[in-house]
Amino acid sequence: MHRIVILGGGTGGTLAANRLRRGYTSDEASITVVDQDDVHVYQPGLLFVPFGLTHPEDIVRPRGRQLRAGIDYRTTGVDRVEAADRTVVLTDGSSLPYDVLVVATGAVLAPEETEGLTGAGWMERVFTFYTREGAAGLERALDAFDGGRLVVNVVDLPIKCPVAPLEFCFLADWFLRERGVRDRVELTYVTPLDGAFTKPVASERLGGMLAERDIDLVTEFNTGEVDGTGGRLVSFDDRVVPFDLAVVVPAHSGAPCIARSDGLGDELGFVATDEHTLRSSAFPEVFVLGDAAALPISKAGSVTHFEGEVLVENVRRHLAGEPLDASYDGHANCFIETGFHKAMLIDFNYDTEPLPGHFPSDVGLPLLKESHLNHLGKLLFQWVYWHSLLPGRDLPGVHSTMPRRGKHRPTTASQEDAP
Amino acid sequence: MTVSTIAGVDVDLNDEGFLTDPSQWTEDVAVELARAEGIEPLTERHWEVIRFMRAEYEAKGTGPTVRMLGKTSGVPVKELYQLFPKGPAKLAARIAGIPKPRGCI
Repeated sequence: MHRIVILGGGTGGTLAANRLRRGYTSDEASITVVDQDDVHVYQPGLLFVPFGLTHPEDIVRPRGRQLRAGIDYRTTGVDRVEAADRTVVLTDGSSLPYDVLVVATGAVLAPEETEGLTGAGWMERVFTFYTREGAAGLERALDAFDGGRLVVNVVDLPIKCPVAPLEFCFLADWFLRERGVRDRVELTYVTPLDGAFTKPVASERLGGMLAERDIDLVTEFNTGEVDGTGGRLVSFDDRVVPFDLAVVVPAHSGAPCIARSDGLGDELGFVATDEHTLRSSAFPEVFVLGDAAALPISKAGSVTHFEGEVLVENVRRHLAGEPLDASYDGHANCFIETGFHKAMLIDFNYDTEPLPGHFPSDVGLPLLKESHLNHLGKLLFQWVYWHSLLPGRDLPGVHSTMPRRGKHRPTTASQEDAP
Repeated sequence: MTVSTIAGVDVDLNDEGFLTDPSQWTEDVAVELARAEGIEPLTERHWEVIRFMRAEYEAKGTGPTVRMLGKTSGVPVKELYQLFPKGPAKLAARIAGIPKPRGCI
């Protein structure tokens, strides 16, 4: 019998476990999922909490309940992976030997890496909405915010859902207009990138949308210090952005158990992974999906979902002694909330940047364009997440490889990738 | 892409001024590229970073980001910004003759 161990009961671990369980009888394979807690957060919902559009308790469910019958679920921490010995060592001292390991341990926030970020003013005038506590604290702070300088800052990439800080800006603009105080607020987006986004066509479009909403854009700002007492962001090259209320997306790292595992992770604790097969670059029986992987594509639920199909097929092929499927193309698909009951959609992969057009084909949801339909899509997605994506069902009309039909490259845009 | 003669060596440069073939790089090329960026002279500390960038590129196929440099090069991030103002990873990569560190999205 094959022993399959999955680290992480989030988006990736859950959908991989459910898909694998359907593929093997309990005589053919045992499947064990390990996570340190039983709280599964629908992370896209965090964006809406600060604006009172959802509540922290409405975006969580128990992890174990998202797993099919016949999956062994353990609530315990992972100390380390001894990959050379094909063994996971748990924090309770016990060990789990495996034939295949799936690493789906996600990313963690590393606010302590930025000087001052968790010091004076943290959770008072400096918040992140990337945690439930932070998002709830920010809701209270925004409620009481009647004017001044509101700054949204990304410290460093990679981060989970790289469009979320932009969505926060758009929603804040809408929220403050609805409350009639927008003209008393200076809203500023401060990013280490050289534009609003990483890829040129989308960067130009999103930069234009910031300008239309009177949101200032400060680029190539590498945050060295957050001074909560003085209300200042200070960059490593000594530029200063003052604030009254700061919304900071901290640097991200891989899960600490990866850093404790010999040979598995890189300097930031993400797992070096083959871009197309999703196998660990170092260990042939280790596969990686979602935010835990060091891949040149967004850390996002859609990426994890699209990876899932290839990953599960490759676990099967590895166990059957067949050559791996190298078909994962870096497909990502993200709704971008833009306020006023509208949203944009972007669809892209390793080679094709987000372009205008329609998804999934010539007819469908508009790409790189605000529409009410996309907003409804984003709202509907929470249901799809719990009921279709986590159970590991294929979404009708949506394939793991990126559709080329329906996309058009504007003739004026540069082909060169931005940093 | 253009061909330029730098320190007597013909090198291929892309639109952003990065060498497209790291094997064309010499230490004299680095000195010239640094001078063009207003960095003169290159101190031992600069060379430490430049050599580290090239070794990382050879091992991994992409240059490190500033945060990775700060964690692994032995030069703190603050000092990296003093040595290579504005964008240390980008600037040091250009002077080290390796492609621009691949951005994550």
